[in-house]
Amino acid sequence: MDTGAAGGAGGCGAAVNGTRGGGPKPATAAARSRSGGGGGGGGAPRGGATKGAGSAWRHLLLRLAVLVLVFAVWQLAAEAHGSVYFPPPGRIAHHMYELWFSGPVRRVFLTDAAVADVLPSLGRMAAGFGMAAVAGIALGVAVGRSRRAYALCNPVLQFARAVPPPALVPVFVVVLDLGTQMQIASIAFSAVWPVLINTAEGVRNTDPLRLDVAAVLRLHPVERLWLLLLPSALPRIFAGLRLSLSLSLILMVFSELLPGSANGIGFTLTDAQSRSDLPTVWAALLLLGILGYLLNTALLAAERRLVGRGRSTA
Amino acid sequence: MTLRLDSLGQRYGEQVVLHGIDLTVPDGQLLCVVGPSGCGKSTLLRTVAGLQPAYEGSVSIDGTPVTGVPDQLAVVFQDYGRSLFPWLTVRDNVALPLRRRGLPRAERREQAERILERVGLEGAGRRHPWQLSGGMQQRVAIARALVCHPSLLLMDEPFGSLDAQTREDLEDLLLEVHRSDGATIVFVTHDIDESVYVADRVVVLSPGPASHPVLDLPVTLPAERDQITTRGLPEFVALRAEVGRAVRGSEPKAPAHPDPRP
Repeated sequence: MDTGAAGGAGGCGAAVNGTRGGGPKPATAAARSRSGGGGGGGGAPRGGATKGAGSAWRHLLLRLAVLVLVFAVWQLAAEAHGSVYFPPPGRIAHHMYELWFSGPVRRVFLTDAAVADVLPSLGRMAAGFGMAAVAGIALGVAVGRSRRAYALCNPVLQFARAVPPPALVPVFVVVLDLGTQMQIASIAFSAVWPVLINTAEGVRNTDPLRLDVAAVLRLHPVERLWLLLLPSALPRIFAGLRLSLSLSLILMVFSELLPGSANGIGFTLTDAQSRSDLPTVWAALLLLGILGYLLNTALLAAERRLVGRGRSTA
Repeated sequence: MTLRLDSLGQRYGEQVVLHGIDLTVPDGQLLCVVGPSGCGKSTLLRTVAGLQPAYEGSVSIDGTPVTGVPDQLAVVFQDYGRSLFPWLTVRDNVALPLRRRGLPRAERREQAERILERVGLEGAGRRHPWQLSGGMQQRVAIARALVCHPSLLLMDEPFGSLDAQTREDLEDLLLEVHRSDGATIVFVTHDIDESVYVADRVVVLSPGPASHPVLDLPVTLPAERDQITTRGLPEFVALRAEVGRAVRGSEPKAPAHPDPRP
């Protein structure tokens, strides 16, 4: 079962984790190699850290260099071409600054437009993602703890996951009408599956010897959950959360693209498009890319804090 | 605690693993169960620990039949890497069994530190198991087993994956613990020397299927044992030979190789 690759159709593919049924170790290894260059060797107190510190810095510089190079080429190409449809990134960045980040200091430089569009989007995404994470982990533990429940639920879960999430949005529009509720429900309902499936898989793969240990220590069921099941499923849970996060971003934008939306980054996008305001369209796209990157980085940092330690030989 | 097995049998599906095991381990005895690999030694321990119900016969402790994991029981598994929880510190791993006592956290930690000192790991409490060597990790597992002062301690080839020097150190630690705590200990191993060195009594199991005791031998060595002198005693050599014969004699003969010369 390739639950790790759930919902891989999304464009923000950074979070796709291809490890299959491999228990904690491969998932962690994948996470480490993915996040390796970011913060030096912080997550690996033993071995690699000392040796890799120098090369990690070189790696970081190299990555920055590639980024700068890409933007430089883009800038030069756009300037040379001079098309109104493809403004150079410098102009887009300036436009972004004017649109959203030139506000007063007491509002952390946010403009009225940012407060009216960017914050509501983020709020809805946070609400939807948060609900998906909580429900997904809770249900995933329930399903993963029993072999029979897992066997019974698995086909349903695979089916639910296979439905392209944006296709569900019309259903929610009909049921809940346009508005914040519908948008949050769309995000939550789409993002819940990867967390649920990965959590169930992670809990199911708890080392049987450790379950014996828990039985011999006669841990209370709640202690068993907190001290054994959740920690050993954590790498898989994070694999699911990363997928869910990128789905949340996709659904956030998609639910705001619908006619009738009142605000949001997606709304800014369609609104600007209808006014042929291309710099704003580009600014919104760039903002979405940056948001996706930052959110994913934050999740990786949280994962490294919670999972990175203690798993090197687990 | 007196442990008693009455015509205990165990099977997986159709396959009979253990059959007709009658054994009484008196309070405070250190019993070694020796047998070729695959003879069901671990299954025997799992059954005694209440992790697996007996297929036939019964296990009782001080006259009470075992139905679940008994009170006052601790188990040390061979695979220390998997039996410890890597996300907890050494100290929190050791303190785990104290949770069901309802002790406050500070008290649990203090007791854990005390028992760690006893197994020679003072100062390692704040580290994580994976930061320690294999021998130290198994010491942590032993500390976790001892922290509740169990009256029945089961050990499933606990030193099987350690190097010789570490193994000898831990054998001596076990003897010291047994002398001072007086728990009943069932120690499973496939190492004949080890069994004679640590045990008060050695029971040899026949190879599976339907494994059963083929030798029940009291070890008459002096209680004070020492890796060098004890292993050199003529009595030790004789006992080892007897156990060895029982283990070998009970192994199925290797398929006869056609001998070219008559």
